[in-house]
Amino acid sequence: MTKQSTHATDVAIIGAGPVGLFSVFQCGMLKMSTQVIDALPATGGQCTALYPEKPIFDIPAAPNVSAAELIERLEEQIKPFNPVFHLDQQVVSLERQKQGWQLSTSNGTTVNAKAVIIAAGAGAFGPNKPPLANIEHYENKSVHYLVQNREQFRDQRIVIAGGGDSAVDWALALADIAAKTYVVHRRDRFRALPESVAQMRALADQGKIELVIPYQLASLEGEGDQLNAVNIKTLEGEERRLEADHLLSFFGLVNKLGPINNWGLDVHNGVINVEPTTCATNIEGIFAVGDIASYPHKLKLILSGFAEVAQAAHAAFKFVKPDEALHFEHSTSSGVPSL
Amino acid sequence: MPKVTFIKVDGEKIEADAKVGNTVMEVAKELDLPMLAACGGALACATCHVVVDEDWYEKTGEVCEDEEDLLDTAHDLTPTSRLCCQIKVTDDIDGLVVKLTPMS
Repeated sequence: MTKQSTHATDVAIIGAGPVGLFSVFQCGMLKMSTQVIDALPATGGQCTALYPEKPIFDIPAAPNVSAAELIERLEEQIKPFNPVFHLDQQVVSLERQKQGWQLSTSNGTTVNAKAVIIAAGAGAFGPNKPPLANIEHYENKSVHYLVQNREQFRDQRIVIAGGGDSAVDWALALADIAAKTYVVHRRDRFRALPESVAQMRALADQGKIELVIPYQLASLEGEGDQLNAVNIKTLEGEERRLEADHLLSFFGLVNKLGPINNWGLDVHNGVINVEPTTCATNIEGIFAVGDIASYPHKLKLILSGFAEVAQAAHAAFKFVKPDEALHFEHSTSSGVPSL
Repeated sequence: MPKVTFIKVDGEKIEADAKVGNTVMEVAKELDLPMLAACGGALACATCHVVVDEDWYEKTGEVCEDEEDLLDTAHDLTPTSRLCCQIKVTDDIDGLVVKLTPMS
């Protein structure tokens, strides 16, 4: 999407996981337009980001479907309703307007909506940041969660932390140009392509990489936003100090509710309490569905999320079309719009 | 019924009855303790990381490779760190003590 753009829709949906996608369908069947916002660059939420190849067995009438295929099928099912997606951006604020709500994203996109459905799962995906004091002071300058410009590490002393593909691949890519490359990992096993791990060990034998194992990050030293050293410790607490200009931290993605905590919703232990028959939150016009919605005996199943969406869409109707009668119809009678 | 003691980050101790067949994560969620357990026990995150009391660690069973891989993404690990969704409640762990970690 273009930056700084402003949009209007009936229902804004936060989260493009399976339940968020199905919200498009249920709203669409009630002739409510939708726009969907997600922090990830692709749709599918956890299904795409964490376990695309894993089989799911409890979707009615789909005895065995991979998470990736489930998302593909949902995309196909919602296509007739022409949803607008704003991907790769997080909703940072939600403000009440005279009529409805205004959502603003980290990209500067603004979406005005008459109702909001939050289908944000366990929260927006972002880098899994190590809980080190003052780490935010060094971010972008000396602490990195992704590499955008390899050249910035030329002749620099770098500490790569983590044991997955990113850690191994960047160790290989930067060992030649960096002045010193440390790889800090908590155990002597890496979750990466065996050939890459073998290459990294060969570089370690040649002295081009120093594998610092078994250690984990302990604290950072520096001035302003410039890092001077990374302190590390073994699991038993034995400490070591690595002089370094940069820390590349690769601990994968993690979900964070983030700004959702600040909207006045009834949030408890990472989930939003809702009224289960409508999925209404404590704020009028805002609904929560799927894993992020909580009520007594809640089951965090995609299956439950789909049903919650139907309840929420019907309950949202009065905020979107207050003067229209809500006529209940089965899809066999109403059909779906043709493409 | 086996008992499990949870020690919260602030040091508060909570002893609970634990049903055989549940996981320690389910026991903690039932008590509404501060723990995300975001993936619900699907071995897809590390937000139920606990530190098992040293005397009990062996009794909590083998750590499978998937759990090890996820522990790679946890912080402030100890030699007795576990994901408590992978600790099954059995009569053998009657008296288990685990320390919760900060919710990130």
